[in-house]
Amino acid sequence: MDIRLENVSHSYDSFEVMRDITLDIPNGKIVCIVGPSGCGKSTLLRMIGGLERPKKGRVLQIGTPPEGCLNPLTYIFQDFALLPWRSVAGNISLVLEDHGIRGARAKEIIDDVLARTKLTDFAKALPKQLSGGMKQRVAIARALAVNPAVMLMDEPLSALDSQTRELLMDDLVSLWTRTPFTAVYVTHNLAEAVRLGHSIVVLSRRPGQIREIVHLDKPLVERQFGDADLDKHQRHLWQLMRDEARAADAELLDV
Amino acid sequence: MSDMTASHAQTRAQPVTFRGGGFAPVRKRWVGAVVFVLLIAFAEWGTRSGWITALTLPKPSDVLQTLIELHQSGLLYKHLLPSLSRLAVGATLGATVGIGVGVLIGLFSYIRAGLVPLVAAIFPIPKIALLPLFVIWFGIDEGSKYALIAFGTFTPTVVATYGAVDNVDRSLIRMGQSFGLSWFSIVRKIVLPGAMPGILSGLRISLAIAIILLVAAEMLGAEYGIGAYILEAGALYDLERLFAGVLLLSLLGIVVSTVIGLIERRLLDWRS
Repeated sequence: MDIRLENVSHSYDSFEVMRDITLDIPNGKIVCIVGPSGCGKSTLLRMIGGLERPKKGRVLQIGTPPEGCLNPLTYIFQDFALLPWRSVAGNISLVLEDHGIRGARAKEIIDDVLARTKLTDFAKALPKQLSGGMKQRVAIARALAVNPAVMLMDEPLSALDSQTRELLMDDLVSLWTRTPFTAVYVTHNLAEAVRLGHSIVVLSRRPGQIREIVHLDKPLVERQFGDADLDKHQRHLWQLMRDEARAADAELLDV
Repeated sequence: MSDMTASHAQTRAQPVTFRGGGFAPVRKRWVGAVVFVLLIAFAEWGTRSGWITALTLPKPSDVLQTLIELHQSGLLYKHLLPSLSRLAVGATLGATVGIGVGVLIGLFSYIRAGLVPLVAAIFPIPKIALLPLFVIWFGIDEGSKYALIAFGTFTPTVVATYGAVDNVDRSLIRMGQSFGLSWFSIVRKIVLPGAMPGILSGLRISLAIAIILLVAAEMLGAEYGIGAYILEAGALYDLERLFAGVLLLSLLGIVVSTVIGLIERRLLDWRS
């Protein structure tokens, strides 16, 4: 299933957030969206998942989601959004219950996704007992449980420390390598973008417009921490963003 | 090297003053009991030595004696049972309807706009003042007593409940929507458990108010009941019996608060 954005524009009252964004998200690829703060990248993600309506333009879903897909557009949030009163297994069961999946069938799915995210031993733990990295793993497991067509990731690693971030990036790469998934990955961290993105969309400051789309051909598994060619891409992205970021920063001060 | 140690010796070394800690409640089991014991012992000593006159305060041992006699004559249960049933029916009614209305106010903007001003208008009315009205509406028997207690429990429960629903983490609700959960599932599995801490702490206050109103409810048309017992003793200036009755109310308050504490520890152990 592909996603296409056609001439999407948005504004809150007279406050223009993004202007004329046209973008294709191809099946089986990870598209990263980077941009200075306030450029509307999280708003864009909410529109793709149907949590917000664009003022102009439209978001299209092309093709049908694969068989067995319970929730085609599935989010992974920056703040994990786990129910603190449910155990790890209970949090995953939550998104299955509404589809009538209970008992043995639910257990089968839960066991499978917990194994894929290396959480099998933590099934009964409550979120308060888990570290940030573990919590995000649970959120990833929960997303995998509904077998999504497109994963919508809103700065999923931003709340984590840098070591945990590295570990989770490796996990995401190995998950993708085993079964390639489609994802839109919003981040302000350029290192994450060059490690995980098949293409990287650079947005300008508010009103957000597409400045450039960078395509990276190197397979995800071969990308390593500190690769020279990735560094080159990252520097290029930073060149693009630097002035925008500075202007955006100054702009916020007089709002 | 020797130069350095020499210069160290000259400047005085002292430990850094500790200025952290505190502001973190710790469980101390026995302190509450000690305060009670000391206070009662002081009253006993004061009344026995004549330093506190019998008109000021009854002797705690006499109050205890009154309670024992009450128990031996079986009158204690004759008073306690009707009061407990009034409390149970009235408070259950008030709290249930209160939680229901509070959740509705929290969920629907129209209901909120319509009912919040009404609740604000009802809240400050001293419910005792309405007792004669309740007697006319619900009869001099149990009906008016249930109504008074229920009405008094209702308003604080409503306010606590819709506040608690408002405070449920919106990002969890967005998460529910993004996974395609039905509206009913979101309310049942996200909103209600999320509001539970606020609802329970609201119940602590509502149930204390229910106990207060028990005495008021038994002002009219009650032969038996702790409230009736206290009011009768008060009218006769029989301080021993007055205090015995008050003591029963206090014990009731402690029991209710303990039970809510137990429920909180069971239901809310997910809180960090």
